[in-house]
Amino acid sequence: MANNGVVKIENLSFRYPKADSACLDIQELHANAGDRIFVYGPSGSGKSTLLGLLGGVLSPERGTISLLGHELTKMSPSARDRLRADHIGFVFQQFNLIPYLSVTDNVLLSCRFSARRHSRAVASGCTLHGEAARLLDHLDIAPELRHRPVTQLSVGQQQRVAAARALIGRPEVVIADEPTSALDAERQIAFLDLLSRECIAANATLLFVSHDRRLASGFSLEISLPSLNRAQAAQEAA
Amino acid sequence: MKYLLALAVRSAWNRKLTLGLTLMSIALSVALLIGVERVRQDAQDSFSQSVSGTDLVVGARTSPVQLMLYAVFHIGDATNNIHWQTYKDIAANPAVAWTIPVSMGDSHHGFPVVGTTTDYFEHFHYGESQPLTFSDGKPFSGLFDAVIGAEVAQQLGYHLGDRITLSHGMGGIGLTEHADKPFTVVGILARTGTPVDRTVHVSLEAIEAIHLDWQGGAKIPGFSIPAEYVGKFDLTPKEVTAILVGLQSRAGVFRMQRYVNEYHAEPLLAVLPGVALDQLWQVVGVAERALLAVSGMVVVVGLCGLVAVILASLNERRRELAILRSVGARPMDVFLLLSAEGLFITLSGTLIGMALLTALTASLVPLIQSHYGLTIIPRFISYDELGLLGIVMGVSLLASLAPGYSAYKLSLSDGLTPRI
Repeated sequence: MANNGVVKIENLSFRYPKADSACLDIQELHANAGDRIFVYGPSGSGKSTLLGLLGGVLSPERGTISLLGHELTKMSPSARDRLRADHIGFVFQQFNLIPYLSVTDNVLLSCRFSARRHSRAVASGCTLHGEAARLLDHLDIAPELRHRPVTQLSVGQQQRVAAARALIGRPEVVIADEPTSALDAERQIAFLDLLSRECIAANATLLFVSHDRRLASGFSLEISLPSLNRAQAAQEAA
Repeated sequence: MKYLLALAVRSAWNRKLTLGLTLMSIALSVALLIGVERVRQDAQDSFSQSVSGTDLVVGARTSPVQLMLYAVFHIGDATNNIHWQTYKDIAANPAVAWTIPVSMGDSHHGFPVVGTTTDYFEHFHYGESQPLTFSDGKPFSGLFDAVIGAEVAQQLGYHLGDRITLSHGMGGIGLTEHADKPFTVVGILARTGTPVDRTVHVSLEAIEAIHLDWQGGAKIPGFSIPAEYVGKFDLTPKEVTAILVGLQSRAGVFRMQRYVNEYHAEPLLAVLPGVALDQLWQVVGVAERALLAVSGMVVVVGLCGLVAVILASLNERRRELAILRSVGARPMDVFLLLSAEGLFITLSGTLIGMALLTALTASLVPLIQSHYGLTIIPRFISYDELGLLGIVMGVSLLASLAPGYSAYKLSLSDGLTPRI
């Protein structure tokens, strides 16, 4: 297992079952531990597909994807599900939370499906709830909000709770898919700073996918999906 | 797995209004199904126990079912009567241990009046060979004494010593009264849950006496014999309607039956009550099975509603499912989550339905008893009902798999980013 190769994509091609041409075709993509990568992905650039492939819910037609040295293409779907649960934290655009669970229960959701993240969360915070409280504190969620239903939270608060869920149990990779698009400009920067800070603190690799290039400034690396995706280049050329 | 179930419960609680209504419809349909089954069981039980210990029922030749109807249930009229001599012949047969002659045709406020002998109170048995007992008073001894069933006493509010008049014919309204010859209530029978409860019993001689000044079903105009003078007439009955026969030995029942059926002086029919009751129940049973089928369909409708509600909620829950997938839930987990919801609703619906039914039967038993003479035994559940509930749960398990499977397919195609 390569020490620094957290995400490694090679010669990847993916086609949806009923499509006649490939949707995603990537020669190479690497991310190392601690990298904070901005992935520029306007709509239609194959962003969702890339996320699905990295998360192991989609399987490529050819090529390899490896996550922390585990070759996803050689694993069973349920082993991929377990790998995702153990090593990746996701933050989505909005409606990131389960409406019928409290703030704390939403954060702890990550630990319910992964024993590894459960034990890591307990290890770093003494108790599971203690660790959730610590993360929520770091993400500026006031203690009195912790046991409220998430539907009473503002969008910004919801996104920060989602970030806490992605970070709990210190997964090696955090994938954020347009997490700031529902926030206003000022809050976007604030959220981004918080997320970056917590990823650095946890030494997690951050893949930040967005169509908004203005957000790219604070990242260590910027990748443009449209230029990376040869399938789309081929389509546009045609 | 445990967390998944907790999640299913909390998710269901989040949609408590729609699911609650669905749950109620399932609870009600289950209560209806089991209620119908229970009434059916108890009706059949009390029906088949309406006579016991009687080896043969003898009447004029007719269909066995009709003979049972009028001789035991006092419903409808006899086509023909039996001559008194025939009765004496049968009673004198060495194989015969006892006989109960019954004579019908009169009524009291819609309750049938049966003329019989005191042997009735000694030999008539019902249920598991239970004899008739008096809750008050004693058998009739005087000419114008009457013994009434528990139901008659309760509904008409009669006590010992009350005077009642009989009407000529069956039915309630527009009948001619035997007003000149009133009877005195001398005995009230304890409740049996059989047609006996709804019967007024008098002696055969009394039946003769009140019809002395009658001819061809009507009072002879301008001719009346006062009650004081009837003793001067010969009150030996000329006819009876049917005879309940008890034999010395059950082994002789078929020989005795053949003897009656081949009786030379007049055409007779002897039936074994058990067999005839079964035949009769088969006639009634069609309706009862149709009722059960309808209530079964109601349960199916309830389950269809459940599946529709869960399927309809699925679209709103796509993002929820995607979130669960992102934190590591397998498609199988999603399948279980959705299937568990359906099962959970049916299970609690069934429990609530049973509780509802138990409460309802407990509170309605006296009412059903007094209005329909049907004894419903309050109980939580019987083996037969358990079987029915098992079928309900089995069908609901199958039905619940449908939303589970839809969610499974959806979570595979949506992955982490549902296209809404």
